[in-house]
Amino acid sequence: MSTRQRTAVAPPKPGTHQNANPTAVMHQTAPSDTAGAKRSTDFYRQMVFIRRFEERAARAYTQALIGGYCHLNLGEEAAVVGLMAALRPTDYLFTNYREHGYALTRGIDPNRVMAELFGRSDGVSKGWGGSMHMFDLEKRMLGGYGIVGGQIPLATGAALAIDYRGVDEIVMCTMGDGTTNIGAFHESLNIAALWNLPIVYVVINNRLGMATTVDKSSAEPELYKRASSYRMASERVDGLDPVAVFEAAQRAAAVARGGKPFLLEVMTERMRGHSVVDPGKYRSAEEIALTKERDPLVTFAAHLVETGLLTEQEIAAINDAAIAQATAAAVFAEASPFPDVSTLFDYTYATPVANDSHRLPGQPLFEPAPYPEHEAAR
Amino acid sequence: MSIMTYRQALHDTLRSEMHRDPDVFLMGEEIGLFDGAYKITEGMLDEFGEKRVRDTAIAEEGFTGAAIGAAMLGLRPVVEIMTINFSLLALDQIVNHAAKIYGMFGGQARVPLVIRTPGGGGQQLGATHSQNIELFYAFVPGMKVLAPSTPADAKAMMLAAIRDDDPVLFLENLSLYNTKGEVPDDDVPAEIGKAAITRSGSDITLIGYSRMAYVAAQVAEQLAESDGLDIEVIDLRSLRPLDRGTVVESVKKTHAAVILEDDWLTYGIGAEIAATISDGAFDYLDAPVRRVAMAEVPMPYSKPLETAALPSADDVIGAIRQTLDAVGRSRNPMENKS
Repeated sequence: MSTRQRTAVAPPKPGTHQNANPTAVMHQTAPSDTAGAKRSTDFYRQMVFIRRFEERAARAYTQALIGGYCHLNLGEEAAVVGLMAALRPTDYLFTNYREHGYALTRGIDPNRVMAELFGRSDGVSKGWGGSMHMFDLEKRMLGGYGIVGGQIPLATGAALAIDYRGVDEIVMCTMGDGTTNIGAFHESLNIAALWNLPIVYVVINNRLGMATTVDKSSAEPELYKRASSYRMASERVDGLDPVAVFEAAQRAAAVARGGKPFLLEVMTERMRGHSVVDPGKYRSAEEIALTKERDPLVTFAAHLVETGLLTEQEIAAINDAAIAQATAAAVFAEASPFPDVSTLFDYTYATPVANDSHRLPGQPLFEPAPYPEHEAAR
Repeated sequence: MSIMTYRQALHDTLRSEMHRDPDVFLMGEEIGLFDGAYKITEGMLDEFGEKRVRDTAIAEEGFTGAAIGAAMLGLRPVVEIMTINFSLLALDQIVNHAAKIYGMFGGQARVPLVIRTPGGGGQQLGATHSQNIELFYAFVPGMKVLAPSTPADAKAMMLAAIRDDDPVLFLENLSLYNTKGEVPDDDVPAEIGKAAITRSGSDITLIGYSRMAYVAAQVAEQLAESDGLDIEVIDLRSLRPLDRGTVVESVKKTHAAVILEDDWLTYGIGAEIAATISDGAFDYLDAPVRRVAMAEVPMPYSKPLETAALPSADDVIGAIRQTLDAVGRSRNPMENKS
């Protein structure tokens, strides 16, 4: 084993890792359980759509239609849909910069998500945020944050506001595994536990920062155990099984609704590089092969076919529909106009203020005085 | 109109705003049981309870960020950071989040947050507790930075800050807390982004903010008596947005300017004011613009060293006399006799 190969809690030897064969532990949803059956097929449909949307975004990136950074949810689809299904429309979501799938599953129009990636005026953040900064007040997705861990204190404060008002809502705050080492993680979880705030912190553990592994960055690599420092309840769940994630997220949400924070660790896979431009050369061929083997779309589809919930034809139809919708989103995004440059100064302040600068680069602070006044001054 | 200290004006205004609006609440280290490190929140825990006067863990990034998040949901938190030095621990939340959230999400979320914090120097608190780093925040579009120098402005600007929908860094000053002045009884918020001409004059313009606006007013009175000088004093009051027009119009009238600042000279607030005068009143200047700022050292503890490092009234008087002497406009009786 190469020294660069990831080592999770236990080294991921094929067949022995706890998540190595998700189908073996996957929830056996009986076809007669119609609600469960519908949920599973809905989950699958959402997962496929995230996959095809992200692949379409990656293509648009290589076509230079998307700029900046672009981090994809590939491999994390099961985690995304399971988590989002546990939230009510009135709950709040704070997440990080790998958030396209969350925006889609939270119910934001895919056209507007893609338009944001393209930097267009119909984007969910009007073209001001880009890939890392999706925000929709109506869907209560309060960002997409590009600074690692920046969302954690904010989400904690949103939970404080909910507690202050005494309303029946919770906050979910997702982050990556590397984020658990930032000071804001400790400060926020401590505050949430002290003040009994209604929040679920979710660590999406794909075992990789960019290339740095969890065991190279976290002295306690079983990240959910960190909650014990705050006497906070926590759990680790298989993030390749959407139903398992959903059920764990429901348990976590129930704790939060009862007025206590919760830390949920979701074990996932990152199927490609850290961002679109990262070839991921630091991973071994075996590891990449294992990632493909564990692809939640493949394993969950196999499970659905096995249990008779979907046929191969239905799976193909779901895939075709997802491709069509992702393509339509890209067509919509490309047709959407760029924001007008005249709006450049519209969003510096919410309350208009005297002497706010509206100068473009190179413009003088003051118009040159008229000639006679110049002379009079001498 | 009542006479009261800057501290009392802040205390009374926070209290009246909490009575006016149930969404206003206070957060910070030792603001409750301890009454605040500088006693601005004295008695408020008893009056408003733990829900609205929240003693926090020592976690500037955590509680400042939590205040931002609460503000995003419509509450109006007023955070106390014990001194501006400790705001560095919260820099990411203030600069990368509070100042960005309105713009970065296309105007969908407002951050009606006030961060109160005193700057200082002159209290023998040494290098890490004597800094004036308001510039760090005034540099950032999206922030509003207010720096009142009088008890009346402490009230009017706190009213404006709490009622504003943007993040406001509200700069107080350790050596202003005990200064006294007249404070109007009515609640009239100041207009953010506006400087004030606190003394009208024609010989030279003094420009300062916070403690140095107070020093400027004293120096102007002193030189009116000793030198017969008619000095105009501008209190900047708002460091972002910056009221450049008031500065430039004054210098067009007086043809000379001295800028006073407690921060370091190089890249300081004064540099921006000097550049503003260069752009807007170049043809009107009789003399180069002078800046009186702190010596560029980490603040020493020992009293003589600390005193030497901080700008004083005498330093300002020296700069004024040199500026006017250089263009033959000095009215110093001693100089004129020679």
